[in-house]
Amino acid sequence: MKRSTSTILTKAIAALAAAVLSAATLTACGGSSAPGGGGGTGAGATGSAADLDAALQKGGELTYWTWTPTGQAQADAFMKQHPKVRVKVVNAGTGGDHYTKLQNAVKAGAGAPDVAQVEYYALQQFAISDALLDLKQYGLGGLKDLYTPSTWEAVNVGDGLYGLPQDSGPMIMAYNKEVFDENGIDVPATWEEYIAAAKKIHEADPKAYITNDAGDPGFINPLIWQAGGRPYQVDGTNVRIDLQDEGTKKWAGMWNRLLQPGLLSDIPSWSDDWYKALNNGDIATLITGAWIPGILESSVEQGKGKWRIAPVPSYDGSPDTSENGGSSQAVLKQSKNPALAAAFLRWLNSSDESIGVFMEGGGFPSTVKQLNSAEFLGETPEYFGGQKINEVMVKASQHVTSGWRYLPFQVYANSAFADTAGQSYIKRGDLNAGLQAWQAQLVTYGNQQGFTVNK
Amino acid sequence: MTTLARAPELPTVPPRTTLTKPRRDWNGWKFVWPFALVFVLTFITPLAYALWLSLFQNKMVGGNQFVGLDNYVFALQDPQFWEGFGRVLLFLVVQVPIMLGLALLAALAIDSARLYATGFYRIVIFLPYAVPAVVAVLMWGFMYGDNFGLAAGINEWLGSEVIRPFAPSWVLISIGNIVTWQFVGYNMVIFYSALKTIPTDLYEAAEIDGARGWQVIRAIKLPGIRGAIVVATIFSIIGSFQLFNEPSVLQPLASNVITGSFTPNMYAYSLSFAGQQYNYSATVAIVMGVITAVIAYVVQLRGSRKEVR
Repeated sequence: MKRSTSTILTKAIAALAAAVLSAATLTACGGSSAPGGGGGTGAGATGSAADLDAALQKGGELTYWTWTPTGQAQADAFMKQHPKVRVKVVNAGTGGDHYTKLQNAVKAGAGAPDVAQVEYYALQQFAISDALLDLKQYGLGGLKDLYTPSTWEAVNVGDGLYGLPQDSGPMIMAYNKEVFDENGIDVPATWEEYIAAAKKIHEADPKAYITNDAGDPGFINPLIWQAGGRPYQVDGTNVRIDLQDEGTKKWAGMWNRLLQPGLLSDIPSWSDDWYKALNNGDIATLITGAWIPGILESSVEQGKGKWRIAPVPSYDGSPDTSENGGSSQAVLKQSKNPALAAAFLRWLNSSDESIGVFMEGGGFPSTVKQLNSAEFLGETPEYFGGQKINEVMVKASQHVTSGWRYLPFQVYANSAFADTAGQSYIKRGDLNAGLQAWQAQLVTYGNQQGFTVNK
Repeated sequence: MTTLARAPELPTVPPRTTLTKPRRDWNGWKFVWPFALVFVLTFITPLAYALWLSLFQNKMVGGNQFVGLDNYVFALQDPQFWEGFGRVLLFLVVQVPIMLGLALLAALAIDSARLYATGFYRIVIFLPYAVPAVVAVLMWGFMYGDNFGLAAGINEWLGSEVIRPFAPSWVLISIGNIVTWQFVGYNMVIFYSALKTIPTDLYEAAEIDGARGWQVIRAIKLPGIRGAIVVATIFSIIGSFQLFNEPSVLQPLASNVITGSFTPNMYAYSLSFAGQQYNYSATVAIVMGVITAVIAYVVQLRGSRKEVR
């Protein structure tokens, strides 16, 4: 028996070693931390518009990280025009995964691409951590009038221009007309009518809901924005967070009336169940961005002919809306050839050819010219019963209210939503309490990270 | 080296090197270096690096600075960390005895030689362990779905929402069920192979003495596999404290319930991947590693002490 004791001891020690080891490796993949937040090796701090054309003449290699479906096709078209430039397109993940990799490469000081897709909500975070190049030095500030005001506002941080807008996502309402007709519901123009419709749908079929919300910050921020809330104010490293300002409270009060009586489905967006519920009509509307048509067409096949697009319901009949999602492309400071990267970016998001490829793939552009082209406005997709959906969505893009800012640590903020505000969803409690908990967490984090938050 | 120590036993031959000190023999290292190299690279280095990281704070504004033990002070007072710790502790206290009890029962049943087709049962019970953890959890996630999954079907059949695997009061049970399903077979195999090593003459002696059934189990089988039980317990304790796969894969289905700090390991993960707080994440990992080591060591000590007696 003694002998087996000693083998147990060795085994136990080995097990302990394994335990500690895995704890250690978990933290070790964080990457080294360059003092000062990690700039790049390629300095490239100076340049001019003429440099861009020169760089295109000279040629070179670029890496471009994106999950845009037309990313490769756009790069191919670019290389056809500029044979001396080679662009390598890499899909490093969608959204969160992509940012994790990008952030790690920035921290490590190497391995970042030259050009990367960055959504509007995350742009500020990367700009402030000194990862992105200010494009004003290449005269790209002159492109301002090409874009809708809200997307242009989103790529300007402080005095710098840190990206060029790719697409926009003015918030609209997609609805299942068949469900509406069955229940004798008119398209709600106000939130008041929307709440009434929600009751009617759920009473007629307890499994059916007007929409789903399992607590998604990417969905809630645009709703707060639409209600007139401006909870995040950023001035350099001074940040004010007030998730109890008038507009935010207005939204929370309205949404409470849907959440608390159980009129919202708790199916998380983008889950398998979500697609099933959209297909079989259990979810009747989506309050979402103008990029939704392509997703409905490809992933909600049974909805063909049933779905329509309408303006988002309002509080007082005004057409005010907000931006739900949307991406820009940015040049990283690590780029060894920043002028060439900026030249590619300029072509990617402002040339007719590139935007044409992007729109053929179902993208909703951010450029005024393409948005207002007769061809685009006149499209009548069969999926939406021949409705001129772009007319509705372009109109929405003209009514996006200004002055919205995201936090310089919005990626973290979104990840902290479920832990705090999400608790209101479980208990079907007052959203204001959840928002306050979220705010407290964000204030603590921001101050820990060296910002001056609410001080 | 052992030959030098035996010198006094050979008095006839005068020792040749009595005056010089025994020379360091480096031959051992020649054999050990491949292991030592890998050990240092994969074990010591990451650990040292994590320790090093835990002494700094890298801020988005202001950069990197040495903060001594500040991160540890913060961790010891961090309610999110301790809440997650409490959760895995509860999980450990409830799930591990159930799992090991079932595994023991299965092993004893198969070992009792009263069952037909024991090979078949052994494979079937062990099979879940062969399914990759992530796949297994995804599978259970589908069954747990209370909108379209098996749970929804049962609820509809019963006519009420009885089964809600993702409700806050259910979710730990749901996870425990998956872990039990996965690891009963694994532990059963450990117990069963330990049972097989018990010398058969003990059973013969017991039979002659008139012992049967429970007496044999209590007096021979359980003491005989005590070592295996202690090992399985330690593995299970470590596994519980490191709970990550199951809640992490289920998280998208119940993000408000399974939060980013649901277990200490998930907390360390979300700290570094969502919050860029690598330093604090390293601290949490180290604190958790130390706690796990201490508890596993105490269990191991208790287990072996009883055995000696």
